[in-house]
Amino acid sequence: MSNSNFGVESLTVAEGARGIGLRNGGGVQALPPSRPRRRGIDWGQRLEIAVLSGPAILMFLGFVILPLLMAAYYGFYRWKGFGVPTNFVGLENYKTILQDSAFREALWHNGLIVVLSLVLQGPVALGFALLLNQKVRGRSIIRVLIFVPYVIAEVIVGTGWSLLLQTNGAVNGFLRSMGLGWLTNEWLANPKLAIWTLMLILTWKYVGFAVILFLAGMQNIPEELSEAAAVDGASYWQTQRRITVPLLGPTIRIWAFLSIIGALQLFDLVYIIWGQYVSSTAGVSTMATYMVTEGRNAGNYGYGNAVAVVLFLISLVVALLYQRFVLRRDTQGALTGGR
Amino acid sequence: MVTTAGSTRLPTAQVSAPRRRKSSKDTRWGNPIVYIAALVLIGLMLGPVLYIIAGGFRTNAQITANPAGLPSPWVFSNYTEVLKSSSFWRQVGNSTIAAGATTIGVVVFGVMASYVLARYQFRGRGAMYALFAAGLMFPITVAITPLYILVKDLGLVNTLPGVILPQIAFGLPTTIIILVPFLQAIPKEIEEAASIDGSSRLNFFWRMVLPLSVPGLITVGILAFIASWNSYLLPLFILNNQNTFTLPLGVQSFASQYSVDTAKVLAFTSLSMIPALVFFSVFERRIVGGLTGAVKG
Repeated sequence: MSNSNFGVESLTVAEGARGIGLRNGGGVQALPPSRPRRRGIDWGQRLEIAVLSGPAILMFLGFVILPLLMAAYYGFYRWKGFGVPTNFVGLENYKTILQDSAFREALWHNGLIVVLSLVLQGPVALGFALLLNQKVRGRSIIRVLIFVPYVIAEVIVGTGWSLLLQTNGAVNGFLRSMGLGWLTNEWLANPKLAIWTLMLILTWKYVGFAVILFLAGMQNIPEELSEAAAVDGASYWQTQRRITVPLLGPTIRIWAFLSIIGALQLFDLVYIIWGQYVSSTAGVSTMATYMVTEGRNAGNYGYGNAVAVVLFLISLVVALLYQRFVLRRDTQGALTGGR
Repeated sequence: MVTTAGSTRLPTAQVSAPRRRKSSKDTRWGNPIVYIAALVLIGLMLGPVLYIIAGGFRTNAQITANPAGLPSPWVFSNYTEVLKSSSFWRQVGNSTIAAGATTIGVVVFGVMASYVLARYQFRGRGAMYALFAAGLMFPITVAITPLYILVKDLGLVNTLPGVILPQIAFGLPTTIIILVPFLQAIPKEIEEAASIDGSSRLNFFWRMVLPLSVPGLITVGILAFIASWNSYLLPLFILNNQNTFTLPLGVQSFASQYSVDTAKVLAFTSLSMIPALVFFSVFERRIVGGLTGAVKG
């Protein structure tokens, strides 16, 4: 099948990469004073480590870490993105950001989205996961189907929903045909409603991911536990409340972490549905849309980079706090380097 | 009330079978409420998608007259027109190249680094793992502004490599987090046997590790492919030339260009989601397995 094709393909490509890596490794090996023989095996091993991990580390440093450092540097300049920045303004950009009411609004929206995502998606996903965790026929098909919105591109979701929700769109049409005409609304333009519309779309798109994670977590809970509870006369709900949900804790906490980080950096859907100008008037702008609108679209690259730094720091602080206080026991392995 | 696992040493099956009336009675079909709820859930999740697909088979007049209706009669011209347009196929081509190259890069570099992290003991291993794990915390959004400048300095604006290289870098954390436990699970005995047979560690990597890790490689490969296929922000910054547009940019520009022609936009949109859906449904088990493996790790 395609499996074998895939394997072969990656093998040959990897071989090429190995050739490149070997040359790099040669340089590395030549650097320290050679202590031959005794530590020969060690050097071979170091060479292998350098060759194998070199490309990934270089790519990661070059395209993930370096841009972050660049942002920190350019954030101190007023700079239009051409040539070498010369107009050093110190912390001026950061002052402007923190004093800009548009940014503070965006920050508030982000905070709202973080909380509402957890509050809306968590219980819904948990409910559906409990439901689907029972012996259900066609469970694997159901699993595939509820994951569909998660797999569809944000652009498609955004385009589709903005057509569905426009004034003469299908949602209002459907409500009218059901005799619920009074419920029709400007789902996207009404500033009081827009953030809830956004939450609805976000829930629709990402709840399937939560359900899948929770279901997988539940499958790791030994069946003996609920059997034992049943022997002791526990009802279905007692079993779920006392056994399944507590044991699902690690999965829920990881999901919440991913959800928080995603909500803080939300960009695509807002930008696609509301565009760069409408998002702030509709009350759905986020830090990321602010960054793009005020930075790149306005040609103020220095300022945009400063916003990126602020976004980075906020995400970092939230992530560290979360890991320090919530995730500590679960991810010790993942974040402290494993065994 | 609730006992510990220890009490299950009893012949549980026989004891509990008569008690659990519910499950013994309907092991076949289970509770009907479950199916109703599941149907509602699926309806909510698929409704909008089906609407987009069905809308492509209607005319604009039909959509205006009854926005929430079904096609009557069915019209195929929207789909055939999109399928005949060269810009659609160019965007499919660009998306395929970008996603394919990203996938190869992520898988190749990812498995090499994961092998080191999984099977070698060296100083700095923990730091290296932490470096990649930290990458999970920062999606591309945070770095996009400086990344654009970097790509511009490299002269790669309006080229597919300008999208591919950053995507490989940002795909590595997920890949490595998923693959490291996978590679650690390969029994030590196999490695020892190989080394007794005189095979070097690199040889072992080629001959044993790669073939054994094909399922894991497929998981991370599909994830990388779908992420690239759907990615919007990076192409939005890097690709400004119509000729280099990937499908998401194409969908957006098509939607604004033909904003009056709703039916055609719906047809274009449904056609562009097919590949990700096909990939996903074929490899669903692997993807879900990989994601949950990463979460457990």
